[in-house]
Amino acid sequence: MNPTGTAAPVPGNKPSGRGFLRRFRRHRFAMAGLAIVLVLAFCCYFANIVAPFAQNDQHLLLGATPPSWRHLLGTDQLGRDYLTEILYAGRLSLTIGLSVAVLSTVVGTVLGVIAGYAGRWIGEVVMRITDLFLVVPPLAVLAVALQGLGRSYLIIVLVLAGIGWTVIARVVRGEVLALRERAYVDAALVLGASHLRIVLRHLLPNLAGVAAVSVSVNVATSIILESTLSFLGFGVRPPQSSWGNMLSQASGYVGTPQGYLLYFPGLAILITVLAVSFVGDGLRDAFDPRRKQ
Amino acid sequence: MTAPVLDIRDLVKEFPLRGKAGPKQTVHAVSGIDLTVRRGQTLGLVGESGCGKSTLARCAVRLTEPSSGTVELGGADLFAMKGRALRAARRQLQMVFQDPFTTLDPTMTIGGILREPLEIHGMHRRRRDEYVRELLDRVGLDPGHAHRYPHEFSGGQRQRVGLARALAVEPSVLVLDEPLSALDISVQSGVLNLLEDLQEEFDLGYLLIAHDLSVVRHTSTEVAVMYLGRIVERGPVDAVYDGALHPYTQALLSAVPVPDPRAERRRERIVLTGDVPQATDPPSGCRFRTRCRLATEICASTVPELVEHDSGHRVACHHPRTISS
Repeated sequence: MNPTGTAAPVPGNKPSGRGFLRRFRRHRFAMAGLAIVLVLAFCCYFANIVAPFAQNDQHLLLGATPPSWRHLLGTDQLGRDYLTEILYAGRLSLTIGLSVAVLSTVVGTVLGVIAGYAGRWIGEVVMRITDLFLVVPPLAVLAVALQGLGRSYLIIVLVLAGIGWTVIARVVRGEVLALRERAYVDAALVLGASHLRIVLRHLLPNLAGVAAVSVSVNVATSIILESTLSFLGFGVRPPQSSWGNMLSQASGYVGTPQGYLLYFPGLAILITVLAVSFVGDGLRDAFDPRRKQ
Repeated sequence: MTAPVLDIRDLVKEFPLRGKAGPKQTVHAVSGIDLTVRRGQTLGLVGESGCGKSTLARCAVRLTEPSSGTVELGGADLFAMKGRALRAARRQLQMVFQDPFTTLDPTMTIGGILREPLEIHGMHRRRRDEYVRELLDRVGLDPGHAHRYPHEFSGGQRQRVGLARALAVEPSVLVLDEPLSALDISVQSGVLNLLEDLQEEFDLGYLLIAHDLSVVRHTSTEVAVMYLGRIVERGPVDAVYDGALHPYTQALLSAVPVPDPRAERRRERIVLTGDVPQATDPPSGCRFRTRCRLATEICASTVPELVEHDSGHRVACHHPRTISS
């Protein structure tokens, strides 16, 4: 410490302004994950430019061929370039994954904060509703909902988010119950801070790490859940396609020479899920000023 | 004597216990306490853990609603206030918390933490950064460290930041809830001296809650001894320390070590037996009687009143006497 009280910068103590970005950049896995997600998203959403062939360009006589220089990931049963198909399918998978994650985290965080902060009675009501959502088997609900409401991807997003918010709501409520007992919340109350200020200035910033992890976990689970649905035949239908939908189309090829039709979409899901969770970890650490490296 | 700024009258706080089964129980945390804090003076409140000191402190700053009784700030009832009047009262009355590790929001910089009171009360709109630097300088911290986060500071430094935050709104009373007990001895004296300097400079009234008797003797004008939710003895600091009348106060004082080893060996100690009774089921009459060597029948039947013994020195005991007598 500098006892003379001068404002002169001490060597080696750079101002930690913009600390969030600096901490995130130091997180190598998160940076790598972010790069992968961005490249993947770019390739998928700009597939009309990036993809080597046109979408749904069938060559029925060619049929399924293994990877070659002309078709890097081979071709499927209808003779379509598999890389092209994976990129176009990625649009839907990534859109579903990201929008479900953001939607369920926002809803879960808002309800969790209300349940944890608004007092015993309201909290109990919110948590009992959450329990209700938690005890219902998600796949059954999804299947019924998609049968009844149609299978547009908007419905899929809403239904997946309707399942996803419950976990984060519980976690956030627990965090809020702990955070509101901290002395800095009492200090803010004694200073005359409004409840809105306490929630926005003190609770939400301290919840950001939890929310970041929730987003990344939810991206992963909703991509996987969408795959499961497609696999069971409740997901998007051809001509629309997603990675999960491609998996289900290729499910018969396990152990045959055409196994690559199964592996490549599976690999796309795996890489996305891993990359997103690294980003989530990085965000969590970056939101916490106490983490140095 | 100066006029009272903080006047606590007949304060009672009881917590209902919501048990799964069995009879309904109530924790008698604070049972009818009167205290007065005056400008420029320190009222020391001592008592062992769990005797209700912190509950009293939280009621005094309106963090907890008391079951009955009043807290008056400059003559106005703190719990009757609303809106603008309450905000004004909050500027007068501030608190410093015990735990230096949870008292500061870890996601905010020190500058942000000290700017918050100014934002809440719309103070120093044009010169907030400058005012924050002044505050840091005043509590003995480097004004250039405003951009740093709480985890970069030691316990004592964080306690100084907590103090600066309380001072930011220019209060007239500070409630200090064991501000030193989480700090190393070497750091304690620094913070203690700072508290004294600030009191003199801003004519602050302190309600100092502590369990370190020497700290209270060193700083306080008046001292109140609390046992299981009640004040058992109260008075000018020298009168209480040199002529304690309540057996509990005597036991507390006899536990303070003496620096001189020879005197320390000769020193007579009153060792209390038994545990503090449960606050859910306090003893009838005098709450100290279960551990008191002087207890008689009247102690079980009648609650002793806090009566004046000599000028300003009050004791709540049926058999008050000094140790020598």
